[in-house]
Amino acid sequence: MSGARLQVDEQGRLRHFLTVEGLERGLLTEILDAAESFAGVAEQTVKKVPLLRGKTVVNLFFEASTRTRTTFELAAKRLSADVLNINVSASATTKGETLLDTLRNLEAMHVDMFVVRHADSGAAHFIARHVQPHVSVVNAGDGRHAHPTQALLDVFTIRRRKGRFEDLVVAIVGDILHSRVARSQIHALNALGTGEVRVVAPRTLLPAHVEDLGVHVFHRMEDGLRDADVVIMLRLQKERMRGAHLPSEHEYFRLYGLTEERLARARPDAIVMHPGPINRGVELESRVADGPRSVILEQVEHGIAVRMAIISMTMRTARGGEGTPA
Amino acid sequence: MSGERILIRGGRIVDPAGGLDAEGELAIADGRIVAAGRAPEGFTPDRVLEATGLVVCPGLVDLAARLREPGQEHKGTVASETRAAAAGGVTTLCCPPDTDPVLDTPAVAELVRRLAEAAGHARVVCLGALTRGLDGERLSEMAALAEAGCVGVGNARRPVPNTLVLRRAMEYAATFGLTVHIHPMDAWLRDGGCAHEGPVATRLGLPGIPAAAETAEVARCLALVEQTGVRAHFGRLSTARAVRMIARAQYDGLPVTADVAVAHLHLTEADLAGFNAEAHLDPPLRTGRDREGLREGLARGVIGAVCSDHEPHEPDAKLAPFPSTEVGASGVELLLPLTLRLVDEGTLTLPAAIERLTAGPAAILGIEAGTLAPGSSADVCIFDPAAEWRLDPARMVSAGRNTPFAGWTLKGRVRWTLLGGRIVHEDRGT
Repeated sequence: MSGARLQVDEQGRLRHFLTVEGLERGLLTEILDAAESFAGVAEQTVKKVPLLRGKTVVNLFFEASTRTRTTFELAAKRLSADVLNINVSASATTKGETLLDTLRNLEAMHVDMFVVRHADSGAAHFIARHVQPHVSVVNAGDGRHAHPTQALLDVFTIRRRKGRFEDLVVAIVGDILHSRVARSQIHALNALGTGEVRVVAPRTLLPAHVEDLGVHVFHRMEDGLRDADVVIMLRLQKERMRGAHLPSEHEYFRLYGLTEERLARARPDAIVMHPGPINRGVELESRVADGPRSVILEQVEHGIAVRMAIISMTMRTARGGEGTPA
Repeated sequence: MSGERILIRGGRIVDPAGGLDAEGELAIADGRIVAAGRAPEGFTPDRVLEATGLVVCPGLVDLAARLREPGQEHKGTVASETRAAAAGGVTTLCCPPDTDPVLDTPAVAELVRRLAEAAGHARVVCLGALTRGLDGERLSEMAALAEAGCVGVGNARRPVPNTLVLRRAMEYAATFGLTVHIHPMDAWLRDGGCAHEGPVATRLGLPGIPAAAETAEVARCLALVEQTGVRAHFGRLSTARAVRMIARAQYDGLPVTADVAVAHLHLTEADLAGFNAEAHLDPPLRTGRDREGLREGLARGVIGAVCSDHEPHEPDAKLAPFPSTEVGASGVELLLPLTLRLVDEGTLTLPAAIERLTAGPAAILGIEAGTLAPGSSADVCIFDPAAEWRLDPARMVSAGRNTPFAGWTLKGRVRWTLLGGRIVHEDRGT
């Protein structure tokens, strides 16, 4: 519904990468396999492959971000592309330039890919619909809608740790309502055949009809974590904790904070994930964040390989050439 | 006004106000209807319109059409939008008060009236602002607005948050017999939403507008209608639940009426797929069940009128990510075919459909229009109910080509539109 035809060409190859929704298991697996091959690049002395030499990738960020932008930048540079970082929130749009104007101006500089982050849901789709045919668009987060590269690096991390999805129980905890990460994770996990996907949150942080996305809903942390193989904690924006959605940080942590005691309800080999940045003592206690089951830093590391895979696959389709390293 | 004597013959005359549905003649002289059914003995027309196979009905009355003038002439003008109305068989349009400047003084009402008269394509009646500048706090000079010809008062899409202010505004309007027009939407429950709060908005990550944003405001207003006795009209219902609330209030004898925008009778939240900004409407498109409830309410007469909720835009208004696009669809020229579609789909009989477009809205506005009774102004719509055509936005008459119905095959094409006995639109079969 939200763009499968826009992002996949007639041959079933990625043209843009806008959302996980509608992508088939085979294609997701192909991305994960490509990411696996790129993961080795970081261990080389020269951390570069010459796949995208002469290509220009523009990180077009309408919303502040450090981690996502940095990993996209590193991913593109390791593919030997030239990278331009543009922070639009501060410049053009405040002068009345429309999103389309900004896009046209940058296109005139012969760029090959836009990596876009925007506060409006649907922004990446909008841009993909309006770019010239040789330009690819990768969604780096649009409103509450999607953050597909984050979801892919999360399932990459799960696959590395667990080796499978079929019999896994994955619990996603926290602010599902405002989370583009959660929506993309849910689609990715379901497409890969995950045994059970759960969401755990108070009703003020759950979107309407969330169960239609293919999840089981839990309101009590203790129930939601039972026998979980993977626990994904979402970031809670500070402004949600000032009475509008939640009475206080304190009560949130008391009910939904991930402590070692609570984690004991999950399976003994359960892993703990978080898209970052962490609010320590709000979403999870430091003992868990820094503990042996936390794979939070692995997620960050995998982000580069996964983004290298996605950038190279979409750009390969756009220019009709060959792609991943041997 | 032209004094041309016109005879329309051979057509099926449908005049719900007069209970007429028969093949016959319509005789017009001096801008007025002389006879409907059979022309008087010795009536010698200057011009004869052959209407065999066509339907002859009163000119349509559209309860909500934004003409964009004054204030947003880059989207449309009174002249351009009344021209589109004439092409769609609409002879009377009701303009909401959210113009710029706001329609809260007789001067603005007078300006719109003059612009419409100068253009000469359709009549325009205005709603005055309920509160000054639509600020929701200070009552407007409603008596002056009524004297200037405003047919009712309302706050358009701006909220009146303070219930006491709303009560006083209703009481004051009731003093002058003015109907209060309500766009039921609780601003807090809306909370910046741009799509129906449901599975589609959840999937697309669009901030939702719950059904309760409409029903809570309907409930609040109904309590005040009961308290004040004011006549109230609820415009653009979007939920089945609100229809039931209005039905109940009507059953209880409250002086309340309602309308629905024609898009909401055909589309649902599913039409937002792929972030389709043309389907970004206010109120939002809701569920299939809501659409059925609206249709049922229309068939039963709880909803007394279908309107176009015409909102022409320049192309840029829709060229942005969905939440940043402007709301609304251009549709005054689609009102008739989209309503006729409900006849094909079995929701309404043809006379009932025409009633909801003519006598129904005229009664809500309390104006003399929407009838072919002898002596009334010869505002007439003559259309071919069988003519099929494919909607190409580029060929729309309105300055706004923004429509979620692009590519639809529609049935029903206006052949002639008469305003006060003058032909203001003639389709030459292009």
